[in-house]
Amino acid sequence: MPGSTQIPYRKSSWWKLNQQRLTPWIFLFPGLVLFLVYVIWPIFNSLYISLLQWDGLSPAIYVGFSNYIELLDDEYFYISLINNIKWLIFFMLAVPIGLGLAIFLNQTIFGIRLIKSLFFFPFVISQVVIGIIFAWFYNPRGVIGPFLEAIGLGNYAILADEDFATYGIIFAGIYPQIAYCMILYLTGLNNLNTDQIEAGRMDGAKGLSLFKNIILPQLRPATFLAIVVTVIGSLRSFDMVAIMTQGGPWGSTNVLAYYMFETALSEYGYRMGYGSAIAAVLFTIMMFYILFFIYRMYKSEKKGL
Amino acid sequence: MVIVGGTNMRKILATIIAVTSLGYSSAFAGTLVINTDLTDPAPKAAFDWAFNKFQEENPDVTIEVNNFDHEGYKQAIRNFLTTNPPDVFNWYAGNRMLPFVRAGLVEDVSDIWSDTGWVDGNLTEGMSHAKKPMTIGGKQWGIPYTYYQWGVYYRKDLFEANGISVPTTWDEFVAACATLKAAGITPITIGSKYLWTTAGVFDYLNLRTNGYEFHMALTKGEVPYTDPKVHAVFDKWDELVKPGYFLENHASLAWQEAIPPMVNGEAAMYVMGNFSVALFKEGGLTNDNLGFFQFPEITPGIPMAEEAPTDTMHIASGAKNKTDAKRFLIFLSRADVQEEMNKTLGQLPVNSGSKVDPDPFLEAGLNMLNNAYAMAQFYDRDAPAEMASEGMKGFQEYMVNPDRRDKILERLEKVRQRVYK
Repeated sequence: MPGSTQIPYRKSSWWKLNQQRLTPWIFLFPGLVLFLVYVIWPIFNSLYISLLQWDGLSPAIYVGFSNYIELLDDEYFYISLINNIKWLIFFMLAVPIGLGLAIFLNQTIFGIRLIKSLFFFPFVISQVVIGIIFAWFYNPRGVIGPFLEAIGLGNYAILADEDFATYGIIFAGIYPQIAYCMILYLTGLNNLNTDQIEAGRMDGAKGLSLFKNIILPQLRPATFLAIVVTVIGSLRSFDMVAIMTQGGPWGSTNVLAYYMFETALSEYGYRMGYGSAIAAVLFTIMMFYILFFIYRMYKSEKKGL
Repeated sequence: MVIVGGTNMRKILATIIAVTSLGYSSAFAGTLVINTDLTDPAPKAAFDWAFNKFQEENPDVTIEVNNFDHEGYKQAIRNFLTTNPPDVFNWYAGNRMLPFVRAGLVEDVSDIWSDTGWVDGNLTEGMSHAKKPMTIGGKQWGIPYTYYQWGVYYRKDLFEANGISVPTTWDEFVAACATLKAAGITPITIGSKYLWTTAGVFDYLNLRTNGYEFHMALTKGEVPYTDPKVHAVFDKWDELVKPGYFLENHASLAWQEAIPPMVNGEAAMYVMGNFSVALFKEGGLTNDNLGFFQFPEITPGIPMAEEAPTDTMHIASGAKNKTDAKRFLIFLSRADVQEEMNKTLGQLPVNSGSKVDPDPFLEAGLNMLNNAYAMAQFYDRDAPAEMASEGMKGFQEYMVNPDRRDKILERLEKVRQRVYK
């Protein structure tokens, strides 16, 4: 250790020597503490609560895995799980629709900026407002029902139909998501390499083949991002469900997040243990997705992309 | 917030007289902390009046009110009772208060009820009909100050136009529905999006088919949901659901959204609580075309019990000022106080010594409840929360898919076995 012989600086030498290594940790320290207290600790705490029978007031009773065993035999749990999958699948439609809109709007005509911002508008509106407005549309005395009645198809309230209510909510949820994907693609389209397109044109590529072989590969980062935010959006379906149906009719539009809320925290809930067990399952599903996502990121970075 | 600090001689004297005449003296006066969720205009006005009046009579007490948002209160009550208990808080009778009583968060006020010189007159006498819902484990846990009736609200003019008179038996009721349906009118409107409206129908069908005792046994979890007597209730329900006597698409409507069809004359009846009258009248109905009748008899000879959800005041077990809290509860149970408050609330006073305003709906309700055999609190207050939520989901599903009855009842039975074990 070369520094150890410099007597005048002996007192501060440890700090001097380790400054480089320590500084990042000092900066990270407040964030890490918050992360531990508000993220890591609650995760383990709710895993622990999922082993209890507890209403939040009376003393908790340790019941082992019986909450999980009950979950296996719970009709609503499976309905929620299937609805989560429906959300994951159909929410993905936002990506191609967003791409289509982006390409459609990627023109240089007068006033296109205004039109672009109008298309982006739904993303600016709060989810709550969108949920309420769509619920009004779907209301049998709202917009769609009376319209169908007027053209002789009979009144229809999608949110009262257990088979299709979930799709009604997904449709409302997709509306702002499309705008989000569109904006991602619009920025992607701005950064296209014109040389490549020129070269492609010279080689005789046009229309679909130009789009598929030259444009789309260049949009890969945008696509990746669009898929990620859409998956995350579909897992956050809680607010739409809470606003539009409260999981009804008779629990048929529940998703795991809302079902957890309903059992643990709603007016008739207060089964903290059972709610935590649902949360644990949701956490596991999300964990798998996040790990997959991190793995892909790691791999693509290794490739030097 | 009401803070009064008047300390002139006369007031002090009046206090001393008031206190001694109550046969009770407070050693030290103090602040009375009251937590409420009375943010709606009518309840707020009623309680503002009550707080002022109490203050006038008890100048040595300073009232401090913490007002919560109505929905937020349901969450907040769990927090404040455990961490920072007020002296007095409002809640609901029946099973709704059970978790708090069981957790030892509510003060036993049996002494107020047991009439040992706390009140002039006799509390047990004036409110004996409301004692049961306040009782858990043989003790009373609060004071009821208002309730309202449930029943059938109907369009008088539509009934008249179709030659229907007010049905008093089940057969007449079903016949009335058939006549209305044939005339192109939806017989019964309902909005079941938030589930609880279905429980009103279920409660009445059960109370009328099997009686109060069976209904209580069911909500207490003593009878399986697959019992033939429960099936009998659904048999009656079938007679309304299967021919389509309820409003279409009701699962997507809130209870308020089911009112316009009745105001427009597209529907004729609504099984509802008296709070709906205000909305009917806002929609344009008047005492001339809006009427009320008692839910008709089903099984002849069964004493008629009614649905009458009761709002209550309680003392927290962690209260700092229990003496003044008890004074406030006694004050709130008085006939004159309840009379004045309920005039503002537009509801019924619980104390039978109180009078009501000359309003046809209030008078009908008071008359019905005073003659009631017993009073149910409503399914979601009589049954524990978990059971109620599953039960009401089941009722809604049944009302749309009556053929799933067996599956639903089996599911409810499974829930019952878990909830009440």
